[in-house]
Amino acid sequence: MRNSAFQVFKQALQGDVGWKPVWRSPDPKPEYDFIIVGGGGHGLATAYYLAKKYRQANVAVLEKGWIGSGNVGRNTTIIRSNYLLDGNEPFYEFSMKLWEGLEQELNYNAMVSQRGIINLFHTDSQRDAFVRRGNAMRLNGVDAVLLDREALRKECPFLNFDNARFPILGGLSQPRGGTVRHDAVAWGYARGADQHGVDIIQNCEATGFLISDGVCTGVATPRGQIRAKKVGVAVAGSSSRVMAKAGMRLPIESHVLQAFVSEGLKPIIPGVVTFGAGHFYVSQSNKGGLVFGGDIDGYNTYAQRGNLPTVEDVCEGGVAIMPMIGRARLLRMWGGVVDMSMDGSPIIDKTHIEGLYFNGGWCYGGFKATPASGVAFAHLLATDSPHETATAYRFDRFSRGYMIDEKGMGAQPNLH
Amino acid sequence: MIITHPVLGPRDAQEFTYLGDASLIHRPDPEADDATGAFHEYLYQRENIAGEHRELWFHEQGDRSWLVVTRNTLTHEVLDVEFANDVARREGRSQ
Repeated sequence: MRNSAFQVFKQALQGDVGWKPVWRSPDPKPEYDFIIVGGGGHGLATAYYLAKKYRQANVAVLEKGWIGSGNVGRNTTIIRSNYLLDGNEPFYEFSMKLWEGLEQELNYNAMVSQRGIINLFHTDSQRDAFVRRGNAMRLNGVDAVLLDREALRKECPFLNFDNARFPILGGLSQPRGGTVRHDAVAWGYARGADQHGVDIIQNCEATGFLISDGVCTGVATPRGQIRAKKVGVAVAGSSSRVMAKAGMRLPIESHVLQAFVSEGLKPIIPGVVTFGAGHFYVSQSNKGGLVFGGDIDGYNTYAQRGNLPTVEDVCEGGVAIMPMIGRARLLRMWGGVVDMSMDGSPIIDKTHIEGLYFNGGWCYGGFKATPASGVAFAHLLATDSPHETATAYRFDRFSRGYMIDEKGMGAQPNLH
Repeated sequence: MIITHPVLGPRDAQEFTYLGDASLIHRPDPEADDATGAFHEYLYQRENIAGEHRELWFHEQGDRSWLVVTRNTLTHEVLDVEFANDVARREGRSQ
């Protein structure tokens, strides 16, 4: 069923009993051309673009739990393409362009809202660094605006401009940045993939890979072996655990990133504001809650919850830069396990095992990359060559010395 | 998380700085023929264990000792704490 305003009216008049489930729950077939392990945003997007853009009919997505139960439902919903380095910026801008057309592409309301993102700066040298980043963005055709103190004050009068430790001198703005309803991204891609014939198989964990003579020919699951010509793994957060089943070690540590939502408040924060120096960023959801977060807890963990010192640190940062939120009450907090790669950038690459492909290492920035990651991984799976925007995301960049050290940090050196 | 320091007793994890997998104690020999490959493994590749994980913590806001903490990465339960010095000597590092 195609979603439209007409459908909404028609169904409402009929008591809303005509809506159907938007994806099937098929039994796995014994063999597929492509199996995607991981039914999160990236896995579902990959399956969707494999079927739609690369015209592959025989595709399955295996998900351990239910689709969207991992990081696509745990992030803080921000989209942006304000990167510095050549290996990153074209990729994230490609992603931003896909976000801008996503709802029409999927015929699904993902609540893409380009309300803008502002990174605050506090010193002359930090402003120089942001000017450089803004110029790099503009060289790549991306919008970037440097706001001085007065221009910023017009947009965000509530900020604590005269903070003694971090006085606010201005901000780097990307007006096209914004937020997206994260669950709807998973559901929209799932619906689109299903409509193009992809089998989405939930509650079906990949417990092992079928590998002989260096060739991967499928995956083992509790529902039996499923053979495939190519297997793509997109399970960021659990990448090391899953790839260990293929005997691989990765340049990745798993860490927990916490996120928070306050009680609902009247509209006050215009877009996304990041206070990097104080480990805090915030936006306001359409329901009015302040959605905010900070940095990773900083130790290896697979528990999807963090500890109180980080909660305290994030809230201190928030109150320092926006004293008014000191009176707001925290409503919910949660944690997601993220793949911290060693240079802070992702990997979309073949492995040394033929027929086994990997997508992961997204650190704390995977959500904004979802559409581009899907296209790039689908491109790699379908054509065996990297997508033009994702040529730098290679496994061997660490041994060759071509790290993409956007901020000079991955899991280490504790600069978070 | 509470880390039970071998001398100072139970201390809040907030007093510590985390480094990572305790295998980082064993830095490869830079003079060896395979040093390039060995350092790539040492610097970038990780076991990233889900379960009992031996890891290095530095008691930065305490006695500034390095500890090897055995901790379950699925539950955050701290199972064992030793001085990294003792572990390194026992595992054959001379200094």
